[in-house]
Amino acid sequence: MSIQVKDIHKQFGSFVALDKVSLEFPTGELVALLGPSGCGKTTLLRIIAGLEQADSGQVLLEGEDASGTHVRERQVGFVFQHYALFRHMTVFDNVAFGMRMKPRAQRPSESQIRTKVHDLLQLVQLDWLADRFPAQLSGGQRQRIALARALAVEPRVLLLDEPFGALDAKVRKELRRWLRNLHDELHITSIFVTHDQEEALEVADRVVLMDHGKVEQIGTPEEVYRHPATPFVYSFLGSVNLFHGRIEDGTVQVGEDVLHDQPDAFRQGAEVIAFARPHELDIVVDGEVGKGVSARVNRVLSFGITARVELDGVNGSSGQHYEVELARSRVTELGLAEGQIVRLVPSRLKLFERQAASPQ
Amino acid sequence: MAATKTFRVLPGFKITLGFTLTYLSLIVLIPLAAVFIKTSELSLGQFWDVVTTPRVVATYKLSFGLSLVAAAINTVFGLMLAWALVRYSFPGKRIIDALVDLPFALPTAVAGIALTALYAKNGWIGQYFDAIGVKVAFGPLGVLVALVFIGLPFVVRTVQPILEDLDTELEEAAVSLGADRWQTFRFVILPILLPALLTGFALAFARAVGEYGSVIFIAGNIPMVSEITPLMIITKLEQYDYAGATAIAVVMLLLSFVLLLVINGLQAWTSKRTGRDR
Amino acid sequence: MAGATTLHLGGDHAARFESRAATREAPWVKWLILGVSLTFFATFLLMPLIAVFVEAFRKGWGTYLTALSDPDALSAVRLTLTAALIAVPLNLVFGVCAAWAIAKFEFRGKQFLITLIDLPFSVSPVIAGLVWVLLFGAQGWFGGWLMANDLKVIFAVPGIVLATVFVTFPFVARELIPLMQAQGREEEEASVVLGANGFQTFWHVTLPNIKWGLMYGVILCNARAMGEFGAVSVVSGHIRGQTNTLPLHVEILYNEYQFAAAFAVASLLALLAIVTLVIKTWVENRAARALNLETAVSRLSIARKPDEHDVLGIGQTPAIR
Repeated sequence: MSIQVKDIHKQFGSFVALDKVSLEFPTGELVALLGPSGCGKTTLLRIIAGLEQADSGQVLLEGEDASGTHVRERQVGFVFQHYALFRHMTVFDNVAFGMRMKPRAQRPSESQIRTKVHDLLQLVQLDWLADRFPAQLSGGQRQRIALARALAVEPRVLLLDEPFGALDAKVRKELRRWLRNLHDELHITSIFVTHDQEEALEVADRVVLMDHGKVEQIGTPEEVYRHPATPFVYSFLGSVNLFHGRIEDGTVQVGEDVLHDQPDAFRQGAEVIAFARPHELDIVVDGEVGKGVSARVNRVLSFGITARVELDGVNGSSGQHYEVELARSRVTELGLAEGQIVRLVPSRLKLFERQAASPQ
Repeated sequence: MAATKTFRVLPGFKITLGFTLTYLSLIVLIPLAAVFIKTSELSLGQFWDVVTTPRVVATYKLSFGLSLVAAAINTVFGLMLAWALVRYSFPGKRIIDALVDLPFALPTAVAGIALTALYAKNGWIGQYFDAIGVKVAFGPLGVLVALVFIGLPFVVRTVQPILEDLDTELEEAAVSLGADRWQTFRFVILPILLPALLTGFALAFARAVGEYGSVIFIAGNIPMVSEITPLMIITKLEQYDYAGATAIAVVMLLLSFVLLLVINGLQAWTSKRTGRDR
Repeated sequence: MAGATTLHLGGDHAARFESRAATREAPWVKWLILGVSLTFFATFLLMPLIAVFVEAFRKGWGTYLTALSDPDALSAVRLTLTAALIAVPLNLVFGVCAAWAIAKFEFRGKQFLITLIDLPFSVSPVIAGLVWVLLFGAQGWFGGWLMANDLKVIFAVPGIVLATVFVTFPFVARELIPLMQAQGREEEEASVVLGANGFQTFWHVTLPNIKWGLMYGVILCNARAMGEFGAVSVVSGHIRGQTNTLPLHVEILYNEYQFAAAFAVASLLALLAIVTLVIKTWVENRAARALNLETAVSRLSIARKPDEHDVLGIGQTPAIR
């Protein structure tokens, strides 16, 4: 089922949680709402579920306005961050809960419920835990039971709030893969909230990046990672080097150095922010004067497949830190020593005109 | 109470435990033991005769019966009051919350005469009951009123913290699974509250059974009709029938011990159910 | 039985429940619950309190003041204060010792010991008086010896003090044990490692952590000590001007049909109860503020930043119970 939100606005006191957000979630996709704490992603998820009411705007489920529909009737499956399993019920009773709450006329028989619960437990591969209580399960098992419980009512949409947030790193990775497979099997429209970029990029078909109650960018993981649309997305996704510069005579000046000589269309004298990923920078030791930004080598870490060089800014950019990823052979070739002054030359650079709201 | 570990970093274990045990023995254990030893002066037959005379049996019925009813009333209304205090905001809430403990703070004799004045047939409340021919003060109903008064805070104060700790996610989960408000209460909230409710019930009951001060003023103390068991002990004492008084005391003490065990068990259950001690 | 008298740091949770669609009732249900519970509250708790003062002033200020300045009333005040002044410090010292031993050390039978400390709460006050009669009464175990030495316990002040000590026995201990258990022993161990002795450790490290709980226990202990009726009534003998405490004085006046005077004296005790509740509420607020958490949490749950809910653990009350 498709979900559409239109001009959703939500405020808590003076705090704007969602600022006129409009989004579309196509049928059958697994979408990640990604952003830092307080960006409004959980609020948006709760508004779609009907657990929270927007101050204005609409939620359309399959084209129909659901704003007046109670959570109970929206047929959404919601998996809570801390799972919210009923601790006085067994795993079986937890999963059966939704079916048993149906009005008598629609309620399946007890034997139908039993079959369904066992099917679901098999789906989440925890059939053998039916008689346990939630307190006896591990975090990852609780998570899967919570998911089975949400699926039991045959929801039209599945909403997950930080589904892996409370798990340790190893289990988190396993469950990530598992959720992706499960989605490929069920193809139910799903939205999950996360603040972990790796999680979003790895699991989702599509990522919605949010900050300060606004949508910053929507796209496939590859799109948002490779072509960040805003400074926020750039700095939020992956590690990145940041340069403060200005446009002078068709070049980007950082302090007294020329960072780049093919700026996009910027007016003379404009203040800009330039982003380059660690692998998009090269180090030169004897390059022509005036090309690249000077920096002092701080540490060389060469234990991985690629080597990482940490540098500190000098001259006009002192106080800045840079990180460069190079092939190990390149590092050997350069023969870098700690304290050496080198120049950083970008192979690819993204420029944004500096505004009041720019990061850092 | 042998030490499981002989090496202790912190000082003062022996002296504080020693003082604790001595003081406990002198103030509580030896005096209570005196009750059982004194009773042993009676033969089993004599003991049985004393504790089963019709007038005494009538007091058991009244004390235990009305204590049960009072505890039940408090469980229902105490839950509603706790619910209102936790879940709703309304003017005067903080004052009402503080006043719930009044029965703990107000001397029982004062409560007794105040309730009597209220529920006597010319009292503020009693007059309305009198109009429909119901006598509250100076009868069993009066005893019930006093027992409800002293038991109320037990239920409210045991249920309140559990209600406050309830995670909103649980109710949201129930609703998202299609439960209506009543189903959510009945199948999700009530089972979580149940151990606390039963604990509150047992505490209110235990307190009501032993209550004396607030009851004797309003009870009328009519033999076979509105006499409570603690009053029987006093009556026997006034007749210098120490053995008789003690025999009844033994019956009450045994019940108290059983209740204490039940309450301890319930409290363990509460913490298990709500995960408070995990 | 003290489950219901332990320091309770509530804070206001209503906002958390009222702001969510899933945790609200239909308005008519809400008003029904509010209406019924508040009516219940009013008829059983509020009206008796008001009745005390109304009855006390029924015959005017003159009668009121006469009743309070009566020599028998004054001697009852003195005796009540004396009993409380002895019972409260005794049980305070006991409570601190018991809590220290129980909370800071491991030994077998601990749980049983806690149950025994609770015992006086589940014993009828009448029995709490009876035990002393059995020990020190004319026919009691030590009755003969006391008589021979011309000492009097029962129907005298010592008996009243003993009965009061018995009924108020668990208050402070019951308050401190869970509090000190929750705090563990790390801070005390750190203090000892830094060279403090036992008393310094208690005074500078433990006491600041438990002071609100301690005050709370003392206040409740005091209220019960001054207001005890049943136990004291058994051992007092009701000798006017000598063995009458305030609650017993109320009873005598009431039984003599001096209602206005009885309620006048009762109003003093009701005032004591109100003061107790005020201090109790104040202590609860201070304790909550000392935790600091509580205030931060309730502020955040009003101006909620929903994505931070779980990070900040809103909805979990601090575990000082």
